[in-house]
Amino acid sequence: MSEALKTLGEHIAGAQETAVTGWSVTLGELTIEIHRDRVLEVIRFLRDDPACRFTSLIDICGVDYPERAERFDVVYHLLSMQHNHRIRVKLDTDEESPVDSIIELFPVANWFEREAFDMYGIVFNNHPDLRRLLTDYGFEGHPLRKDFPLTGFVEVRWDEEEKRVVYEPVELVQEYRDFDFMSPWEGAKYIIPGDEKAEG
Amino acid sequence: MADDMIETGESERNFTINFGPQHPAAHGVLRLVLELDGEVVERVDPHIGLLHRGTEKLLEHKTYLQGIGYFDRLDYVAPMNQEHAFCMAAERLAGITVPRRGQFVRVLYCEIGRVLNHLLNVTTQAMDVGALTPPLWGFEEREKLMVFYERACGARMHAHYFRPGGVHQDLPPELIQDIRAWCDSFPKALDDIDSLLTENRIFKQRNADIGIVSKEEALEWGFSGVMVRGSGMAWDLRRAQPYEVYDELEFNIPVGKNGDCYDRYLCRMEEMRESVKIMIQCCDWLMKPENQGEVLAVDSKFSPPRRAEMKQSMEALIHHFKLYTEGVHVDAGEVYACVEAPKGEFGVYLVSDGSNKPYRLKIRAPGFAHLAAMDHLNRGHMLADVSAIIGSLDVVFGEIDR
Repeated sequence: MSEALKTLGEHIAGAQETAVTGWSVTLGELTIEIHRDRVLEVIRFLRDDPACRFTSLIDICGVDYPERAERFDVVYHLLSMQHNHRIRVKLDTDEESPVDSIIELFPVANWFEREAFDMYGIVFNNHPDLRRLLTDYGFEGHPLRKDFPLTGFVEVRWDEEEKRVVYEPVELVQEYRDFDFMSPWEGAKYIIPGDEKAEG
Repeated sequence: MADDMIETGESERNFTINFGPQHPAAHGVLRLVLELDGEVVERVDPHIGLLHRGTEKLLEHKTYLQGIGYFDRLDYVAPMNQEHAFCMAAERLAGITVPRRGQFVRVLYCEIGRVLNHLLNVTTQAMDVGALTPPLWGFEEREKLMVFYERACGARMHAHYFRPGGVHQDLPPELIQDIRAWCDSFPKALDDIDSLLTENRIFKQRNADIGIVSKEEALEWGFSGVMVRGSGMAWDLRRAQPYEVYDELEFNIPVGKNGDCYDRYLCRMEEMRESVKIMIQCCDWLMKPENQGEVLAVDSKFSPPRRAEMKQSMEALIHHFKLYTEGVHVDAGEVYACVEAPKGEFGVYLVSDGSNKPYRLKIRAPGFAHLAAMDHLNRGHMLADVSAIIGSLDVVFGEIDR
């Protein structure tokens, strides 16, 4: 299986030489990395090339790495039912740089891109209807970004006097406790209080 | 403006109605903004997210063990199938293999999940188009299956039974016998539902030739599961990319011919019969004395020790403590694991940074892609067909809104 994927990876990297920046087969899965501005071309090639035939778009999602200059990964998963293989296509972007929408190739991308926009604020070029999808009407911020707190910023409740739902800033009786159970013997990056002098 | 109105005439104006979010045929909290021309649907704008709980965000803050519970609450109609995808993703990254008995127990419960799901879907689809008896009959069987869930893990619905490395506990022999006995009685109950619906004139009129999906459409809209099989493509991950022990089991993949709501209904009915076949094979295998053994991987760094062991061994006690506080560490990397859930391809894209929590976890819900095609599928249909189409798409908002 992974031999066939390696051949396929070479084939794609060869045919899309200028667009593909790297590819690998790990855990039996083929991943290719591409330039942001070439996404339409590459996905079209993957869909139409007889050796690829990735005719179903499985998923589009974002991943956030706030410490990077271009903080987002946009990850596309494609499946070929004809050849029974899968591929993952990755590209980098940041809050401002738009990624070309692939709706003209796969109409289902519409909702996937709206979701990525909603959750991460990734902007898609030529998207006909880039509205929020999952969050509340009038929601602010992009909840899946790493710098968005788990508890959010607003909470809602029904107000008996105003007879409507009101939005208020979140008030917690107790801070959300994100326990760090990482063992200090295996890779935890912090120093246990009192242990500062251990290094000498 | 006024001139326009005179020209087009009052009767020709489109009007917009809200369907849901509290409509019984919306199968949950779906709000559709329908633009109608008379009774013909011109445009559908589904508003989803009313059940959005931020599962993906929450999972980034939970250990792998704590995370499993969130998967029960996605597609709450067939909980264990979701857990399965998550556990498979973690296992693949950590390089753990599940013992054979564990694999059979998983397959058995996945098929129970499939029957649970299809029973609910088929019968509520019938309810959407006017029949009340099928859900009552179907829910009786569902209740029996939920008892099997309860006897395996203690909960009727939110099982938390699959673990990375296998399943939590072995099944008691009486339970396997009871499931086996149910497999003999269920086809009769299914035949009863069949006789109510399949040849029913009203049911056929409401479903045949409605919401036709061609093969090309099924591909470009990212459909999976019954939505592609109903259109005549024999695509099933259990067969095409087998996981667990599906490649050793005998079952058929029913496919439809016309890709309409009625064919999808027929596919689901037939799939239930196939699931029962798989369940029988699993029960027979599990009951054999030579097939007893572990159901959870024996790896002290990954799966917690047995209670009895902890009474004797200090090492086991330490591992137990570590695994239930810190949790397992999954190697850094990324993986996409998917299963053939009852609704279609349910996938989990897991990015791990090597710590005890997922760095990013994307849930690929089949219903999401299916619902994205609502506008496309409904254009030109009558208002009454909207509920038939939602019914046959088999949407559950737990997984779509996440």
